[in-house]
Amino acid sequence: MDNDTELRLGLPGSVEVKKPRETPQKRSSPDCISVEDDNLDRPSPKAQIVGWPPVRSYMKNNFYSMKNKADMAGRYVKVSMDGAPYLRKVDLKNYKEYKELREALENLFGCFSLGEILRMDGKYTMEYTIAYEDKDGDLMLLGDVPWEIFLSSCKKLRIMTDALGNKDREDSK
Amino acid sequence: MKVQSAMFYFPEEVIEHIFSFLTHHPDRNTVSTVCKAWYKIERLSRREVFVGNCYAIRPDRAAARFPGLRSLTLKGKPHFADFDLVPPDWGGLAGPWIEAMARSCPNLEELRMKRMVVSDESLELLAHAFPNFKALVLVSCEGFSTDGLAAVARSCKSLRELDLQENEIEDRGPRWLNSFPDMCTSLVSLNFACLKGEVNLKSLERLVCRSPNLKCLRLNRAVPVETLAKIMNQCPNLEDLGTGSLLADQFSEAYVSLISALQKCKKLRCLSGFWDASPLCLLAVYPICANLTGLNLSYAPTVQGQDFINLIQHCVKLLRLWVLDSVGDKGLAVVASACKELQELRVFPSDLFAAGPATVTEEGLVAISTGCPKLNSLLYFCHSMTNSALITVSKNCPNFTRFRLCILEPRKPDPATNEPLDEGFGAVVKTCKNLRRFSISGLLTDQVFYYIGKYAKALEMLSIAFAGDTDQGMTYVLNGCKNLRKLEIRDCPFGDGALLADVTKYETMRSLWMSSCDISLRGCKALATKMPSLNVEIINEWEAEMEENLNNGVAEVISNNNNKHINNGNDERKVEKLYVYRTVGGPRTDAPDFVWTL
Repeated sequence: MDNDTELRLGLPGSVEVKKPRETPQKRSSPDCISVEDDNLDRPSPKAQIVGWPPVRSYMKNNFYSMKNKADMAGRYVKVSMDGAPYLRKVDLKNYKEYKELREALENLFGCFSLGEILRMDGKYTMEYTIAYEDKDGDLMLLGDVPWEIFLSSCKKLRIMTDALGNKDREDSK
Repeated sequence: MKVQSAMFYFPEEVIEHIFSFLTHHPDRNTVSTVCKAWYKIERLSRREVFVGNCYAIRPDRAAARFPGLRSLTLKGKPHFADFDLVPPDWGGLAGPWIEAMARSCPNLEELRMKRMVVSDESLELLAHAFPNFKALVLVSCEGFSTDGLAAVARSCKSLRELDLQENEIEDRGPRWLNSFPDMCTSLVSLNFACLKGEVNLKSLERLVCRSPNLKCLRLNRAVPVETLAKIMNQCPNLEDLGTGSLLADQFSEAYVSLISALQKCKKLRCLSGFWDASPLCLLAVYPICANLTGLNLSYAPTVQGQDFINLIQHCVKLLRLWVLDSVGDKGLAVVASACKELQELRVFPSDLFAAGPATVTEEGLVAISTGCPKLNSLLYFCHSMTNSALITVSKNCPNFTRFRLCILEPRKPDPATNEPLDEGFGAVVKTCKNLRRFSISGLLTDQVFYYIGKYAKALEMLSIAFAGDTDQGMTYVLNGCKNLRKLEIRDCPFGDGALLADVTKYETMRSLWMSSCDISLRGCKALATKMPSLNVEIINEWEAEMEENLNNGVAEVISNNNNKHINNGNDERKVEKLYVYRTVGGPRTDAPDFVWTL
């Protein structure tokens, strides 16, 4: 094969590093992406060749993506907060970890923050406990299990207010 | 002499009546070539036309020749477009055809299209131009939305069939189903399984209620079990059902209702859908399994293992089965023991990468061939195959007309012997004298093509990938397969020598596709020069793009002839994708800039 006249990307006159060929008959076509993963033990997708295996793109787009979606089916969950007049909904898929979720919940329920008023006063503290209802209907404390497991088992979120400040106040009377 | 003059005095009506017994369109094509009188009678009385390549003839010419046309079938993009090998905007536009028909063939009743690009405007035109329009079948098409469907539903007064198979349809909301007018009671077949969005369930129920002739109904995933149950209660005469989502709580009213509704459907022969099928919902289906002739579980990954076995063992009359390879060799063994009448089997991969767990192997295929000797059509995706298995399979099932085997890893040899699979595939062509369609894979040398050329005399369509050693391979096929109509090749070492080995052959074929092979521009030009009756088209996407980049966005009109591209530079450069087809329509007038007609 005459290298000088071979098609390649780049302006004429520029020099391109040649990619090693696998077999003499295989052309390095621009839409063939190779992933060399010989040293890894885990099974990795081999060379992702365009249009291979010959499965209709309709089936590829709808069935195979369907399979992945099924693993993460609809992750909108209701969030209730004690004393708030209405509930909210969050999409758990938007968060990668518990910290992000907590921050998001604080932002969501900031308008209901009775704690704000009390903190200005300086005397009381409001503590929130975030709990969730799992697949079995039990109320669980947020943060015990790994995030991925939480994602698949969480059905509802509940923000419980623990008015410790109120207790102190009453005691001091 | 005497016979000839006797025929000459037959009135036209009698000849036309005789022709009406010719339903096979190649036969009608043949009679039209006998003499001018017969050509005229034939063309005026022709009611069905099949155009296997929409660029083989200009739409106007087809419409003008057959003014009495009632049914038109069109195919657009090359088959490999199914696997993303043809760039978007390549062509295959339905618009010019529908416009030509609207002008010349007002009696059009049926339109069937495959791999074509259809716009909403075209569907609007269709809806208004043909007062007797009855059936629209779209397979693997794109370019339209639910608005276009609404137009068809709204305006086609006697619509009998709306069949949408695996199209990419832009979803603009569920309103389209409301467009069927209240007085529309003529529906016989409705298939919207490929629609991704929500459907107006009440509209659907009402539509089904007022369609007493409904025989085939295929729902999409958005239709829940509750609605399915209500619908099934309304149409006990249904023969073909595509379920919606089968997710249901076993104690729900909907589930119970579904069971009783299904039991009433004594005529149900064909089932598909099964999205999200829970094992419990499958139980509801058991009572009707004994009468099923067709079952499609290819979108139901949840139906596997024992669930699948429990279901399939009842399906004793099954003729057609489509499944995922997650049913495993074990599942296939049960199919082999239960489905003695099986004629067609398709096993799709549940995992696209060969690195996944092996699910079906050659054992499953051998079991099927042993248990189902009537098998004539096969599509089988697997991780590996042996020569000995293929030889056994062909001995057991000599009646194959369609045989497609896809080994997921390209160029994989027989794992037992480390040899190519030439002998195995060779056995198939030697034994199966009626083989019309063949797709091969795994490690293959020129030898398999020698066998194909020598034995596959009935072969019409051949698909080859990652196979062969030299030009001789392709030459064997071109020389030997007398009935070859479509040849599609990718990633094989065939070069100009093979391409030009028998150029007149291509005139006897519908089309040739070659991609990622070893052909050069010089070879393609030579072909174009020698055979003016062919369109020799080259698809070079990235070179066209490179040209754009070089010009730094300076607007440069690249004419269709693309002389600039074709005639400057080296003719030795390799051609990425070649599509050759016979045509009386001349070069395409609608070719995009990355398609060069030589």
